[in-house]
Amino acid sequence: MATATEMGTNERFLTEAAFARIFEVLESQGFTVVGPTIDQEAIVYDRIRSVDDLPRGWTDEQAPGQYRLQRRDDEALFGYVVGPHSWKRFLFPPQATVSKADKTETGWQFQAVEPEPAKFAFLGVRACELAAIRVQDRVFMPGPYVDPIYQQRRDNALLIAVNCTQAARTCFCTSMETGPKCTSGYDLALTEIANGFIIEAATAEGAEILSALESDDASIQQRQAGQTARQQAVDQIERRMDTTDIRDLFLSNLEHPRWDDVASRCLSCTNCTMVCPTCFCSSVEEVSDLTGDHVERQRQWDSCFNVDFSYMNGGNVRDNTRSRYRQWLTHKLASWIDQFGSSGCVGCGRCITWCPVGIDLTEEVAAIRGDAT
Amino acid sequence: MSDGYASRMPTPEAAARPWQTHTVAIRDVRREVEGVSTYDLAFLDDTVREAYRFAPGQFNMLYLPGAGEIAISVSDDPRNTEAYGHTIRVAGNVTRTLAGLGVGETLGLRGPFGTSWPLSECIGRDVVIVCGGIGLAPLRPAICTLLQDRQQFGRLNLLYGARSSDTLLFEREYDDWSRQGMDVQTTVDRSSPGWLGNVGVVTLLLDQLPSFDPHNTVLMCCGPEVMMKFTVMAALNSGLSEQQIWVSMERNMQCAVGLCGHCQLGPTFICKDGPVFRYDKIAPFIDVEGL
Amino acid sequence: MSSKPTLGVFKFASCDGCQLSLLAAEDHLLGVAAEVEIAYFLEATSHIQPGPYDIALIEGSIITSHDAERIQQIRRDSKFLITIGACATSGGIQALRNWADCNEFVRSVYATPDYISTLATSTAIADHVQVDFELRGCPINQYQLIEVIQSVLAGRRPRTPVHSVCLDCKRRGTVCVMVAQGTTCLGPVTQAGCGAICPTYNRGCYGCYGPAAQPNLVSLTGQFESSGVPREQVVDSLRNFNGYAPEFRAESERLEASRESTT
Ligand SMILES: Cc1cc2nc3c(=O)[nH]c(=O)nc-3n(C[C@H](O)[C@H](O)[C@H](O)COP(=O)(O)OP(=O)(O)OC[C@H]3O[C@@H](n4cnc5c(N)ncnc54)[C@H](O)[C@@H]3O)c2cc1C
Ligand code: SF4
Ligand code: SF4
Ligand code: SF4
Repeated sequence: MATATEMGTNERFLTEAAFARIFEVLESQGFTVVGPTIDQEAIVYDRIRSVDDLPRGWTDEQAPGQYRLQRRDDEALFGYVVGPHSWKRFLFPPQATVSKADKTETGWQFQAVEPEPAKFAFLGVRACELAAIRVQDRVFMPGPYVDPIYQQRRDNALLIAVNCTQAARTCFCTSMETGPKCTSGYDLALTEIANGFIIEAATAEGAEILSALESDDASIQQRQAGQTARQQAVDQIERRMDTTDIRDLFLSNLEHPRWDDVASRCLSCTNCTMVCPTCFCSSVEEVSDLTGDHVERQRQWDSCFNVDFSYMNGGNVRDNTRSRYRQWLTHKLASWIDQFGSSGCVGCGRCITWCPVGIDLTEEVAAIRGDAT
Repeated sequence: MSDGYASRMPTPEAAARPWQTHTVAIRDVRREVEGVSTYDLAFLDDTVREAYRFAPGQFNMLYLPGAGEIAISVSDDPRNTEAYGHTIRVAGNVTRTLAGLGVGETLGLRGPFGTSWPLSECIGRDVVIVCGGIGLAPLRPAICTLLQDRQQFGRLNLLYGARSSDTLLFEREYDDWSRQGMDVQTTVDRSSPGWLGNVGVVTLLLDQLPSFDPHNTVLMCCGPEVMMKFTVMAALNSGLSEQQIWVSMERNMQCAVGLCGHCQLGPTFICKDGPVFRYDKIAPFIDVEGL
Repeated sequence: MSSKPTLGVFKFASCDGCQLSLLAAEDHLLGVAAEVEIAYFLEATSHIQPGPYDIALIEGSIITSHDAERIQQIRRDSKFLITIGACATSGGIQALRNWADCNEFVRSVYATPDYISTLATSTAIADHVQVDFELRGCPINQYQLIEVIQSVLAGRRPRTPVHSVCLDCKRRGTVCVMVAQGTTCLGPVTQAGCGAICPTYNRGCYGCYGPAAQPNLVSLTGQFESSGVPREQVVDSLRNFNGYAPEFRAESERLEASRESTT
């Protein structure tokens, strides 16, 4: 762990009042600011317009299958962990029209839909989420084919990270080596301390935003406070996942009896894949007008837990929950490595919290390893 | 030397717009057997037509607005560049809707996608092609190419199984193929009056194949998954290695460009790592039920 | 005689809500009406044409012996028979009588019970005749209905999604009411179609579209019980508009039976 003095010298201090101006600055540069806000009894990501939209004084308490908002005993703006949404909602929208077909006198005319220009500033991106965005970058952008919507949004997005200063019981980023400290992939990174923030710019775009805010050199004490706050998150992480040789472990245990066990609990409801910040599956649907002469193709989030996800004329390939749960976990933790060069899991714990029956992948991994208790 | 047989990769413009589909018109429809027809599809746009090339084994996504989009292999001789044959079995909604279209009508086509048959690996070697049912369609372009460049290859064998004698695809071409130097053998599951040929599964033909050098042979296989599994078993028994066997796989595909996630089989995406695989690449996964 | 395909809409025991949602789809309905000849639709027109019908839409469940005969005749008269709504596809809310003494209901509700002739059960149309397509929902989704009719007219096999309501909640960004609020919700085992309305309004799903494909009821009810919901309430939550759908019914009966065996 780096000590305060070893750390970058470009750490600055922002008072909360100075920070509050970031909304104006971002909007004046044409950004749509998306960040944490309270809605539906949770801290979700949505369009926000001022510091008043942030979940001041709230935190989240998480456990397998359970999430509750709680009051904090301070006025922290980022004093929660991660919620039901992830940034993928904005980079890879749940619903999008990908092409249009129109019947003309000379036959069908087809037009791929150009992505609508969108310029997001994501405020409050956690370390595991930066990792998740990196993972999806490798899914959608390296080619030969790229996802035009993702690429457009990603290229224009400004990432303002916030270091975690606490962890949920479901977090295990340390096992996946993705957090809790933000180390790369952001434009600006904040650490919330008493009365303000330690802020650091990592890109020219970030530096430009920072220069428009009123900041000071962070004092040794302030840096140390930031360091202590970040260390608190590290210390609170209690969940672990042993990733040793995990690819081979899974690919050589495709018939492990544990798959039957978890299938008896799993609802095949798709929630884990929907909340997972790296899952990328989708389906395309035909939407036609009444005449049938104007048809749109709409892409929607889909999931390998959906029964007809693997439909082929003649039946579904994965026709039971055992094979579907196995697909999810094996893909996430093992075959992802073959496909994209990293794990598909960043240790955010969302799939544990948002599983209605509290299935915990770290337990399933331990069971497959054979050291279940 | 650049490999003239290699899969066609997308142009940068195509790669940046994976959902752009192009208008094609049906130039001809030929009924092959009951429930299977070949549709010759021609691009209306000259630029698109000139840019389009495919390699044997690659497939296109055919789009019928309102009905849906499906993966269909090109079944044509790659030398034809005016219109491209697609041999299609009526299976469900899209294929049935297509069967209702006639010459002159239009639909959408994106492609080509995926990997192709290993024709450059076949140079100087014997080739055994084993197909079942509609599985002959994706191999027809390979057969055309092998026969076109006949002198480059060793012995050529086609072993083809169908349900019954009246469901044998491309039957009118077998004589031509034989004359051009490929041994064609067929078998049917069910005999019918007047059928004097083989009866039984296609792997029997493989077992009976009189002379082929297992060390210098490439085997290409396409058909129902069980049929491919038995073929591979028989081939391995007769001394071929997994690296000499190639199969073409099928899964649900929504995008065909590796972005939708539907076609995964273990670590592979059938649409971009396949559909044609060297068998050793999928051997650990193909036998796992429900993977 | 026109050459357009003929459509008949027939009503059995139901609240008419599904037919109304068909009427509510006015402009869409007009589009369909241009393509079909509406030969029988008492809610919409008094003009009645005898069969055969190319498409029959059946609303409602079978609760009298007269119903049971009439549906046989409609089946004989119809090429493609589509049941619409929870009553027709699973027996509806009135199937609650299947777990009770129906005569007692009749005696307590009607002044002269002798005039009431009814079967002891309310059953789905598919229990009586072969059904070509079931369109779920209480009430049905009008867009799904139009889509189904359009598919049949185009010679396609209609397809409606079989996934859980959860997928729709997540697509629209609705936060899970079960996880975030501890609300009992049938969403994980219920087929989508409504667009996940109830969770969006802070309610648990009532199961209006019936069981999703391959639902795991045992695990979900186990979760309800372990979070403190009394068994009677779990049983009640399953016995709703689709209480007599096979998977919901089997689970509510399993829960009741195992309670009886433990007490
Ligand atoms: C790489 C590849 C090449 C193929 N080549 C040929 C060919 O040359 N000739 C031929 O007749 N068939 C071929 N098929 C199979 C063909 O794609 C299916 O028969 C077709 O999708 C059925 O569509 P449908 O709408 O008529 O059937 P439905 O059962 O109504 O299917 C509805 C939808 O499900 C999906 N689907 C259904 N079956 C399959 C399937 N087997 N594979 C993938 N998706 C499916 C499609 O999205 C389809 O639109 C190929 C499949 C793949 C993956
Ligand atoms: S698998 Fe679970 S813990 Fe891992 S990234 Fe996805 S949601 Fe987070
Ligand atoms: S786990 Fe399932 S939904 Fe997620 S990316 Fe993999 S296949 Fe798709
Ligand atoms: S693991 Fe949980 S969230 Fe995922 S499909 Fe199963 S029950 Fe649903």
